Amino acid sequence: MMEHKNLVEVQNLKQYFPVAGSKLFEKKVVKAVDNVSFGIKKGETLGLVGESGCGKTTTGRTLLRLYEPTDGKIFYDGEDITKVNMLPYRRKMQIVFQDPYASLDPRMTVGDIVGEAIDIHKLASSRSDRQDRIISVLSTVGLNSEHANRYPHEFSGGQRQRVGIARALAVDPEFIVCDEPVSALDVSIQAQVVNMFEQLQEELGLTYLFIAHDLSIVKHISNRIGVMYLGKLVELADSYELTFHSVHPYTKSLISAIPVADPKISRASKRIVLEGDVPSPVNPPSGCRFRTRCAYADELCAAEEPEWREVSTGHFAACHHLDKVN
Amino acid sequence: MSEYLVNIKNERLSFFTPAGEVKALNDVSLHLREGEVLGIVGESGSGKSVTAYSLMGLTAYPGRLIGGNLEFNGHEIEKMTEKEMRKIRGNEISIIFQDPMTSLNPVYTIGNQIREVIMLHTDKNSKQANERAKELLNLVGINEPEKRLKQYPHELSGGMRQRVMIAIALACEPKLLIADEPTTALDVTIQAQILELMMELKEKLGMAIIMITHDLGVVANMCDRIAVMYAGKVVEYGSTDDIFYNPSHEYTKGLIRSIPKLTEKEHSKLVPIEGSPVDMLNPPAGCPFAPRCTSCMKICLREMPPYTDVTDIHYSACWLLQKKEFEQEQAQKGDA
Amino acid sequence: MSKNKLSLQLNTDDFLLASDEEKQSLTVMRTSVGFWKDGIRRLKKNKIAMISLVVILIVFILSFLVPQFYPYRYEQQIRGSENLAPMQYSAKELELKETGESVFPHILGTDNLGRDYAVRVMMGSRVSLTVGLVASCIILLIGSIYGSVAGFFGGWVDMIMMRIVDMIYTVPDILIIVLLSVAFDQPLKALAQRPGFQWIQVIGVNLISIFVVFALLYWVGMARIVRSQILILKEQEYVTAARALGASSAHIIKKHLLTNCIGTLIVTTTLQIPSSIFTESFLSFLGLGVAAPMPSLGSLASAALNGMQSYPHRLFAPALAISIIILSFNLLGDGLRDAFDPKLKS
Repeated sequence: MMEHKNLVEVQNLKQYFPVAGSKLFEKKVVKAVDNVSFGIKKGETLGLVGESGCGKTTTGRTLLRLYEPTDGKIFYDGEDITKVNMLPYRRKMQIVFQDPYASLDPRMTVGDIVGEAIDIHKLASSRSDRQDRIISVLSTVGLNSEHANRYPHEFSGGQRQRVGIARALAVDPEFIVCDEPVSALDVSIQAQVVNMFEQLQEELGLTYLFIAHDLSIVKHISNRIGVMYLGKLVELADSYELTFHSVHPYTKSLISAIPVADPKISRASKRIVLEGDVPSPVNPPSGCRFRTRCAYADELCAAEEPEWREVSTGHFAACHHLDKVN
Repeated sequence: MSEYLVNIKNERLSFFTPAGEVKALNDVSLHLREGEVLGIVGESGSGKSVTAYSLMGLTAYPGRLIGGNLEFNGHEIEKMTEKEMRKIRGNEISIIFQDPMTSLNPVYTIGNQIREVIMLHTDKNSKQANERAKELLNLVGINEPEKRLKQYPHELSGGMRQRVMIAIALACEPKLLIADEPTTALDVTIQAQILELMMELKEKLGMAIIMITHDLGVVANMCDRIAVMYAGKVVEYGSTDDIFYNPSHEYTKGLIRSIPKLTEKEHSKLVPIEGSPVDMLNPPAGCPFAPRCTSCMKICLREMPPYTDVTDIHYSACWLLQKKEFEQEQAQKGDA
Repeated sequence: MSKNKLSLQLNTDDFLLASDEEKQSLTVMRTSVGFWKDGIRRLKKNKIAMISLVVILIVFILSFLVPQFYPYRYEQQIRGSENLAPMQYSAKELELKETGESVFPHILGTDNLGRDYAVRVMMGSRVSLTVGLVASCIILLIGSIYGSVAGFFGGWVDMIMMRIVDMIYTVPDILIIVLLSVAFDQPLKALAQRPGFQWIQVIGVNLISIFVVFALLYWVGMARIVRSQILILKEQEYVTAARALGASSAHIIKKHLLTNCIGTLIVTTTLQIPSSIFTESFLSFLGLGVAAPMPSLGSLASAALNGMQSYPHRLFAPALAISIIILSFNLLGDGLRDAFDPKLKS
């Protein structure tokens, strides 16, 4: 099923945002995404995890050129799209947002929300064709024509997220950035939406970039997972390899911090509790950005940025002390 | 005094909104012994926070308690006046909220806010209160308490703020700490720190904790007892092991099936609970979970299921349990 | 826990599996309520706002319809009927009545030139309402366009546009009105002589300068409100979603930003009307308003000041009319805000 060619690829992607400093007229930059490279193969799901402020959402949005990248290159299907007019690519690359409340215009009916994409790209030949398309997209996500005339506030969170997915699907995309699509939903609804993503992938051959802070969901849906910390990728591997044989100390502590929903296992396991907080991205630590919270850190970590290298086939990590850690 | 620190019996509470009556709590019964940790899990709007808030007498307008008994530490909460409640709040029972950003007042220093609570409930003077505040910050693992007391909330990180909130809540060594989604707004690694801290403090101070959360992982880690709520009703109550290894309500079963497990080696499809949460303005006549239940029976649509005991401390409101009893009785009749 | 022995009342049928249709019947969606319907429903529940609305309608009928059928004209001077008290008849009119002819009473008496005061108050209300409505529309138009451009484009554009707004805020408006009415006087009068511009004469030079002042000065408040709304709205995720779909800026402003502003625009405009009426009345009171013989509530009150001792009703009538109009527009505006402003929506 999987081809070797990357459908989406980013090379040395950088996204810096200017912020006001503490002094008058002082300008500083937040390095939200700093030198990130990865590729996503056709039909694959790449998961991206990390804590808030690590730059995973920014990576997803910069990839779609919703923010103009500060530096680096973005490729789609072999074409460099870093500088081109995005309109034709908007049909191929779509996004599903985290908050199903904020991402739907409260003054538009569900039909119009889904129809907006059809209008922009002039996909419908007539009014009835437009209506047919809307209903067919809604039925793909488990909603029906009766829902089309209703407003977002009449739906529950899970249903709204379905509307958000329907809007993305309306243009028949090949690639979808899923930006924390289940974080705002109740546990019992999360599984519905996750299953729907999987089903759509099977039926339509979609490629996903799945961004979330919950590693258990990301592991469930992804083929490969990248872990981000303060704007940098620290580890990237096959999802089973990453959950069971992680090499980077941050990934290890992240996995161990997740509370397991099984009392016997969680009583038996010993947690690695990280000390301290995530430093500010305005003023990140020198060298390895994780060193301030890392148990293995030494002078080398402060002086030099660790190199991004392949530990085993397809398993990458950036750490000076991989041999010591493992 | 009863054997329980908290004993809620058949609590009913409604919100009288312009659009109609919302039965936020519909026959809620819970109990908790001293020093125990009770987890209340459920979806948003299931009434888990409302239950805990009503125990503090903090029901928001237009909500009103319309029935049931709420017993806490020998007090009958439902009969107490606002003035009497104020003496208990922050003293015998305190609360920490989900969002440490908004629950601290941004215009006062941390020290100011901790001292205020101490001086409100004890007769310590300002200086003694300051000493106590330093002790408290030490207790919750904040370095350099002297310096922190002079800082404002915005100068602290999210995890640090939640520690301060815990310090304020513990100022008078309460018998019961209510934690309303205390780690939902925090990152996983910070969540681990805060949960660890809460368990340590529980051991040290011997207080009971009511942990409100939607995260089954958190309750599996921390709690002795679990109450599962759905649409304003406790659908199942039992020990942590009962709930995880011997769930008897269909909702609890579905909930446990629907979460992805990090420890699983093989990829298996998740089993979701189909359908949407109940419209609380217009709830069904029978079991609120019936429309989403895979083993829904005719009676479930019509009548609210009664509580059925599974073991002494494990009960659940599901007609399937009644069905078992019914069949046994029928069999006995047949024999006779 | 208590054990309920309900089993005696149950039969085996009750424990059969329910069909999907039976389950489905429980999950009925509520009837659909759109934004307008919902807002109007809430407005209807607000008694004070509804009473204000009725009062405003009555005022409109009295000032726009009734004068057309009224037996007296506002500029008609009746000889011998000067300075009549309310409901009083002049000697001439009494004579007429004797002969059996019906004479319409002067409900509010007449003024010193023998003009029926009731119709003058109604005409005054018409002028005041017109000024209020037209001025508010001008303010709405300029303010919302200016504000949305500044808010949407942000950065330097916003910076420069908002500094201009700040400057306009500092200009003393009364001074500008006095200057403008002096400066406009000659050119406008000259213009009015030309064919096609006769309407200027009818409206009056002063009234036009009032409109110009509103257009120049009073839109800044509206612009600020709209800008702050747009600033919030453009950060919403549905706007990002529209951009991800490839929508143009014009499409986003039209489809998402303005439609979501509409509640605020309605409310602010409704609240702008009374303040425009008040400004007009106050300018007319100072003698800068409409040209005689056209009355406005302000000029009527101003003229009545001289005879306040002898004819207090001539001051009270227009004063009361101003108060009622302004109060009911304000109360209606408050009601609209409660009904349509999403920030207060639960």
